[in-house]
Amino acid sequence: MLIAIAAIRLTDLFAVVMLFGVYSLLTAALFMNLDAVDVAFTEAAVGAGVTTVLLLSGLRLTKRWESRPQRSPILPLLVVGITGAALLYAIMDAPLMGDPSAPVHQHVSPRYIEQGPIEVGMPNMVTAVLASYRGYDTFGETVVIFTAGLAVMLLLGIPNNPRPRPGVSAIGDQIVVKAVARALIPLILLYALYVQFHGDFGAGGGFQAGVIFATGFVLYDLVFGDGSTHAVVPPAWLHRLAALGVLIYGGVGVVSLLFDKAFLDYTALASDPVGGQHLGVLLVELGVGITVFSVVLSIFYAFSGRSRES
Amino acid sequence: MSAVLGLYNYLIVVFLMMAGFYVVISQGNLVKKLVGLGLFQTSVFILYITMGNLSGGQAPIVAEGMTAYSSPLPHVLILTAIVVGVATTALGLALVVRIQEAYGSVEEDDIHAKDLADDEAHNEQAAGTEEAGR
Repeated sequence: MLIAIAAIRLTDLFAVVMLFGVYSLLTAALFMNLDAVDVAFTEAAVGAGVTTVLLLSGLRLTKRWESRPQRSPILPLLVVGITGAALLYAIMDAPLMGDPSAPVHQHVSPRYIEQGPIEVGMPNMVTAVLASYRGYDTFGETVVIFTAGLAVMLLLGIPNNPRPRPGVSAIGDQIVVKAVARALIPLILLYALYVQFHGDFGAGGGFQAGVIFATGFVLYDLVFGDGSTHAVVPPAWLHRLAALGVLIYGGVGVVSLLFDKAFLDYTALASDPVGGQHLGVLLVELGVGITVFSVVLSIFYAFSGRSRES
Repeated sequence: MSAVLGLYNYLIVVFLMMAGFYVVISQGNLVKKLVGLGLFQTSVFILYITMGNLSGGQAPIVAEGMTAYSSPLPHVLILTAIVVGVATTALGLALVVRIQEAYGSVEEDDIHAKDLADDEAHNEQAAGTEEAGR
């Protein structure tokens, strides 16, 4: 909460962005405390990692210092005060935290918890709900991410002929950082793969794995010089990869249609239903992972490849 | 007393939400507005996760001898929302960068002033051509 206030008061946008990263990490710890391991994982990877890097590269293209506002803060404060009071009044009726009789724990949740591990056959219920029971939603989310990536491409674009300047990076030639990064990057990539394929047993899955995999490449680009990642993963591939991920997801749905089952009903994929579910979830998570990875990395390319023109 | 403790997380949610809301409507800097939007977004995440929590429950991964688990459904919703959130933040940031290139500023006041000046110049030009036509 204090960090939030500090983020409002400061005019140095660099500090604001860094504080926001710290805030995200604390939020992740809070989620962990509330038994939401998958969510904490995602928030730590996305909020503290990728968002901070993106906002910083956005800042590089704009200005670091904010000009002092000339308007009086009274009217916004009044609006915020009234809305806040209304919300406070509303939460008086909210179910207490951890109350087993709360509506959340009454409706579909018991079914997911009791039947999920039997029907889908994987211990991590979050993955089961994400990829199997609510596969439609997740398909929609994947397409949203894909579309957002496309829109960023349209707005900024990746320069076709990036000037690869290996060795020239924003932070200069830092031997220690390079050595550490060199040791870390393979581990990051390996860990991402573990998260990807182990998501049905422990915390993890396509969303987290894609982000972590992209983080490895972002780190490489930051440390070893602008544009050196372009040589490893050309931008032209990324567009195709992003589309490929959505295609895998949709393709699984179409295959299950061809077997006379509903769209994204994985029981069609193998002779026994649980095996089919396993295969389907694995493929779908793979599609999600590929799309998230390529969208995050191409967004990073788009921001880092642009130089300040104004 | 237990009511206060049980509602404590909701109080934090309301505070964070209002903090984010305040930033979005009162600050002129577009990058800061995005950060405010992020604050607002995380407050919603905390709200959902708080609701899904169950006292005495476990993280929703099957373990031996465990019967009570937190509800997995809010976790799923928020997990995807976080990743979609970063994608949309990136989109907003891309728009901000384009605005910076077009206007040379990311302050709302400057942008409005420039828009007004452009409109006036345009109107004068239009009036000028009309008179010339007569």
